[in-house]
Amino acid sequence: MIQRQKQNNFNKELKDALLTALITFALTVLLFGVRTVQQPGKLGIETRWSWVILSVIAAFFGRLFFVFCTGLINNKGSYFQGVADNITKIGGTVKILTTVILVLTAILLPLLPFSDRYVIDIATLVLTYIMLGWGLNIVVGLAGLLDLGYVAFYAVGSYSFALLAHYHDLSFWVCLPFAGLFAAMFGVILGFPVLRLRGDYLAIVTLGFGEIIRVILLNWYQFTGGPDGISGIPRPAFFGLEFKRIPPEGTASFHTFFSIEYSSLHRIIFLYYLILLMAFITNLFVIRLRKLPIGRAWEALREDETACRSIGINPTNTKLTAFALGAMFAGFAGSFFASRQGFISPESFTFTESAIILAIVVLGGMGSQIGVVIASIVLIGATEFFRELEEFRMLVFGALMVAIMIWKPKGLISHRAPTVRLHT
Amino acid sequence: MEYFIQQLINGLTLGAIYGLIAIGYSMVYGIIGMINFAHGEIFMIGAFISLIVVLLLNSFGLSWLPAVLIIVLVMAMVFTSLYGLAIERIAYRPLRKSFRLAPLISAIGMSIFLQNYMQLLQGARVKPLQPMITGGFTLIDDGDYTVVLSFLQIIIIITTTIIVILFSFIIYKTQLGREQRACAQDRVMAELVGINVDTTISVTFIIGAALASVAGFLYLLYYGVVDFFIGFLVGIKAFTAAVLGGIGSLPGALLGGLLIGLIEVFWSAYFSIEYKDVAAFSILVLVLIFRPTGLLGRPEIEKV
Repeated sequence: MIQRQKQNNFNKELKDALLTALITFALTVLLFGVRTVQQPGKLGIETRWSWVILSVIAAFFGRLFFVFCTGLINNKGSYFQGVADNITKIGGTVKILTTVILVLTAILLPLLPFSDRYVIDIATLVLTYIMLGWGLNIVVGLAGLLDLGYVAFYAVGSYSFALLAHYHDLSFWVCLPFAGLFAAMFGVILGFPVLRLRGDYLAIVTLGFGEIIRVILLNWYQFTGGPDGISGIPRPAFFGLEFKRIPPEGTASFHTFFSIEYSSLHRIIFLYYLILLMAFITNLFVIRLRKLPIGRAWEALREDETACRSIGINPTNTKLTAFALGAMFAGFAGSFFASRQGFISPESFTFTESAIILAIVVLGGMGSQIGVVIASIVLIGATEFFRELEEFRMLVFGALMVAIMIWKPKGLISHRAPTVRLHT
Repeated sequence: MEYFIQQLINGLTLGAIYGLIAIGYSMVYGIIGMINFAHGEIFMIGAFISLIVVLLLNSFGLSWLPAVLIIVLVMAMVFTSLYGLAIERIAYRPLRKSFRLAPLISAIGMSIFLQNYMQLLQGARVKPLQPMITGGFTLIDDGDYTVVLSFLQIIIIITTTIIVILFSFIIYKTQLGREQRACAQDRVMAELVGINVDTTISVTFIIGAALASVAGFLYLLYYGVVDFFIGFLVGIKAFTAAVLGGIGSLPGALLGGLLIGLIEVFWSAYFSIEYKDVAAFSILVLVLIFRPTGLLGRPEIEKV
């Protein structure tokens, strides 16, 4: 009897796998099997049927394997669940340990033996994304508002610094607060009308806003330089000391002031510490905010808007602060970005950038601070080191976002439960 | 005046394409209440499949135009709707009971995935197709400006009309459509009276994808170029159309599509072509702020 049932089950699984293979065949036969190629004068085609066959075989066995595995998990569900629970439980000490190690590594990185220019550059990039991730985390993770146009605020920050420097000759340190302020202002201007919208509409509107900003930057040629961008953006100085080989008349340069040999590495290390400091401040700020009434209100709003309204929290204002603060950090990061690159153009602020930052927040676990760090290191750092995989990067990001939502919607690495709960 | 009539014709043609895509957004939103962010990418896949089928037919030596058009249309609908089905099955179905934003994030992931999937498979370069249908009627010719209604535009408008009538028939007159509408009104109740909700949702995605693939094919004919990125902008504009018409309403989606097409064309003709995308986005924002139910939509009552 049991034997026969097993036989039946196996038949069913086989049928299922065959169906999957059939659908895969239909999905791939045209797009994998035929490739359009540019031939002289017209568009031609080449065939590559081997890809179709391979993907069909892969789908067949993949499905069989998948069904087999899920069967196993269903049978021994408690065991796997136990392991998963344990992983979550160790959290406490391991988390502190990881944090300490990460912080120490971050501080000592430029002094480590393997750190050359390349490593520090990538670390600076990763830190920029960590800062952006933390900023977006306020909006998405804490307040539960899906913002698809976060890069717009990054762009506003970059351009406000670049334009102020270009037209008024102001330095990085003077512009930094303005960049944050302008970005926050844009956050309020955008947020005010749209924040009463429901979650998914809000997402699309923010996406539209991001595109509007980019199109304006691209087309307002007289003011922003259009597609040519702005170049010659001043570099940040260390308490008035610039990082130039030959300092301008009457001023000291970093190396002359400290009487050390000139090295172009100084600026890179300085930029690294600068973004590290900015990221730390962001983190500190967010951690403190979370404990303030406003932070509690964000989390409450994320969990249940109707309940919040009934206890007298003004949802629009609360969301607006989250939006503005998130935007402000993007503005700071933006002006750092402009200053580091020395050149910006609308190219750097496409939807892809928003998607990457969102992927970092989602994968790290919405609302989790340490999750953002690990996700940035993995997503940005790893792909920078494996440059040849560059073209697969976004493909994998997209697939990961879907997979995470299906298997661990609270985030792969860690997740942030509400700070206070009335009942467990 | 002549200029105006010409723009009107162009706008209606473009609007027909947007309308077809908007129906897909509207139907999916109506039934499961999510924005299918990857719908623009389904349109893009439809355009690519059409392109490949056209090239395949050319290489087989088939060149009788009506046959080519019909074969391409049918093939594109069949293969693209399978993509719609697969996307729903993989990325959305497991998330029915998840938290609110989960399906949307998943859809964004899917959209990014599909764009890069197409880029890897077919290359990042723009794919031009030689015009298949040329010529047209000269409606007005007063010496300095001629108003032309091209055969291509006629074909686009006629195809859209036929397809819309066909699918309206399916949705309003058949058992399948009744089940679909029942699920859109009240999913739990529909399940209680014995409707297979999962199948119905799959069918909705198939219909949406089929309509988007028709739009993709018409877009390919109209513009003659496709690339892996077209789904993003066109998708957002079609979504704007669905919202403008009242999301969840089928005639509304079509009406919204036509309006967006007209607005875009007139905006580029009379104001500035650089900011035509800004026009569409601004309308989206304005509609959502001042009339979130759209032109033909019913107000949504928030349930606790």
